[in-house]
Amino acid sequence: MHTTTAHPRRTALAALAATAALVAVTGCGSGGKSADAAGDDGRITLRIGTFGSFGYDNETGAGLYAEYERLHPNIKIVESNVADGQKYWDTLKLRLSRDSGLADIQAVEVGYIAEATAPALAGKWADLGTTGGADLGAFLDWKVKQATTADGKVIGLGTDVGPIAVCYNKDLFAEAGLPTDRAQVGALWAGSWDAFLDTARAYRAKAPEGTAFHDSASGLFNAVLSGEPVQYADSKGELDYRNSPGVKKAWEIATAAATGGLTAKLRQFDEKGTWNAGFKNNRFATVACPSWMTGIIKDQAGAGNRGRWDIAPAPVPGNWGGSFLAVPRSGPHVEEAAELAAWLTAPAQHAKVFAVNGNIPSTRETLSSPAVQNARLPFFGDTPVGRIYSETAAGIKAVPISRWDGQVKTFLTDNGILDIEQRGTDPAQAWTNVGKLVDDKIQK
Amino acid sequence: MPAPAAVAADGTPPPVPPPPVPGPDTAKGRPPGHGWRGRLHRWDRRAAPYAFVAPFFLCFAAFGLYPLIHTGWLSLHRVELGGPAEWRGLRNYTGLWDSHYFWNALANTFTLGVLSTVPQLLLALGLAHLLNYRMRGRGFLRVAVLAPYATSVAAATLVFAQLFNSDYGLINTVLGRAGFAPVDWESSKWPAQIAISAIVTWRWTGYNALIYLAAMQAVPQDLYEAAALDGASRLRQFLSVTIPSIRPTILFTIVVSTIGATQLFGEPMLFGGSLGISGGSGNQFQTLSLLMYEKGWVTGALGQASAIAWVMLLVLLLLGALRVLVARVRRRRDRP
Repeated sequence: MHTTTAHPRRTALAALAATAALVAVTGCGSGGKSADAAGDDGRITLRIGTFGSFGYDNETGAGLYAEYERLHPNIKIVESNVADGQKYWDTLKLRLSRDSGLADIQAVEVGYIAEATAPALAGKWADLGTTGGADLGAFLDWKVKQATTADGKVIGLGTDVGPIAVCYNKDLFAEAGLPTDRAQVGALWAGSWDAFLDTARAYRAKAPEGTAFHDSASGLFNAVLSGEPVQYADSKGELDYRNSPGVKKAWEIATAAATGGLTAKLRQFDEKGTWNAGFKNNRFATVACPSWMTGIIKDQAGAGNRGRWDIAPAPVPGNWGGSFLAVPRSGPHVEEAAELAAWLTAPAQHAKVFAVNGNIPSTRETLSSPAVQNARLPFFGDTPVGRIYSETAAGIKAVPISRWDGQVKTFLTDNGILDIEQRGTDPAQAWTNVGKLVDDKIQK
Repeated sequence: MPAPAAVAADGTPPPVPPPPVPGPDTAKGRPPGHGWRGRLHRWDRRAAPYAFVAPFFLCFAAFGLYPLIHTGWLSLHRVELGGPAEWRGLRNYTGLWDSHYFWNALANTFTLGVLSTVPQLLLALGLAHLLNYRMRGRGFLRVAVLAPYATSVAAATLVFAQLFNSDYGLINTVLGRAGFAPVDWESSKWPAQIAISAIVTWRWTGYNALIYLAAMQAVPQDLYEAAALDGASRLRQFLSVTIPSIRPTILFTIVVSTIGATQLFGEPMLFGGSLGISGGSGNQFQTLSLLMYEKGWVTGALGQASAIAWVMLLVLLLLGALRVLVARVRRRRDRP
């Protein structure tokens, strides 16, 4: 088609097309910060990003957002929640690096807090020691220390802690000829994880068909390590898992369980739900049980297993998990967000969340309060859940952590211990494999 | 518009023919070779084609070329997600050469590629041949064959992961009924790779079959008639008429499947569940893409991840060069 008429119109059209294309291209290139300032009604919207269950929301939680909105009529709170903590953190890291797509408050799990306070990310957070008016003295000392950067900035306020115990299936214990009373059960292994393994062997000798004593050797590894004074890092916060007596001990206990047929060889939190199904089908008799695990057992074992599970103190007390609330510095409402974070993590609110969700608080005063001390959970019958966990929490000491803890833990458990359990790899070989993985993948 | 473009290209002033039908703009009859209008006209002829292809190339520059170059730059640095870049030269690449995990991932990518591509294309060829016959419900069957392709990777993989579940999956149940021991479809290397290849094959066979079918329908019918007259069986016809006639299409599908196999990511990642990114507890099905993802987003070594991305590109270019070489040797042999 070649016409020479009406070409000015065509020129205009071509120019228009080119401009439109340019606009389209530049338009999709800039995913700008949409600073949502005060809306039409003058209210500020504060967004809070969480994972798992924090127990703040108005539907199934303690209704803290509604309460804060009543106290501060100019604030509106929106929570966005992700179930998987690892995926949440991976996304958050990406967003922090771009200062884009962040919520005003972001929750950070203890496994990643050292990464958040490390130089690459430390500058991305507001200092909650100076903004928002939080009372840092109310928290357990080590909880504040974990969230402090090298230059003394406090980037996160503690929400909960994860004191550990051992949850056990009373019916399976009875069938295997073990005691079921929690004091007697605790006495079976008090003071040493080796005694725990002895109990496991006694169970194995008379184990009900198709069951194992413990769910996962990796879970056992985490539990043993959680009570050790030296874990992945040395006293300077540098990764040194190879020479750590804690890692050595946890590895020995876990591999003994893995090779001795004492575990159900499952991977905890497996996305395919095999581990979850194990609760329902009573595939194992014990689970290393941080305080947040009780909710998982309740949900996965289901109402049909109500009253079957009980909680005994762990051989050695420890801490596994717990979180912080942090405020990204690039947000449009840093001051207001810091105030909200301080309010959400104050002792009064910790108590309310515990009452509804069972999260063991990280403020000293709340830990010793009667509300926590006398608390029970319906699923676990008359078990004094609050007392068992708060006693353990009081005994937890700060442990040096490094920026690579979470990653090394994944290699040790998923590529080391699980490989022994599921593929029969020799433990010495598995340890070498983990070392190779760390050398290859962690770029220091 | 080949004529005006050629004129514009050699820069000579365009010999403008008088307009066959004077439009409203040239109503005064002035030839458009003079004045601003003429210049505009010339500019239009030269620029309009570029303006029309510009959107694609601008988008390509922004989302194809720029990431490619930026990745190349990153691969020469030590970069932590969110941190500053630090020059490393080629050490990210030499590090890969020394890394057991890189070679393991490369080998896995290769074996998974062979395990999934070869059966996939053979099945597609046979399926296309069958669909090419006149039969009842042909249209329905052709659509049905494409259905797996329209399923999302995630949905397909999750279903297959349940089927292949070692504890309560359907496949082990059936194997058990038939008297076989249960297979560790996830933790053992070859069963896991076969399971993943099955997913890929299931998803892509129909797509390739339709491409083959389209090519087969372009094969002249008289070739078959001639072959039939010579007494060739159906199989003989397929081997001696169909296959040689659609050879370029087969080559195309091989190239596309090879590219797909090199970038295999979604199936092994989702099949492995929580262990997907490391390709199982012993990296038994970690592909290059998964290794790249693990380096970049899990351990935060963006420089090394970028180096893997570039190596993947080089592997593809190498395969492409190999293919051209084979084709050239073959042509020389065919034309002595």
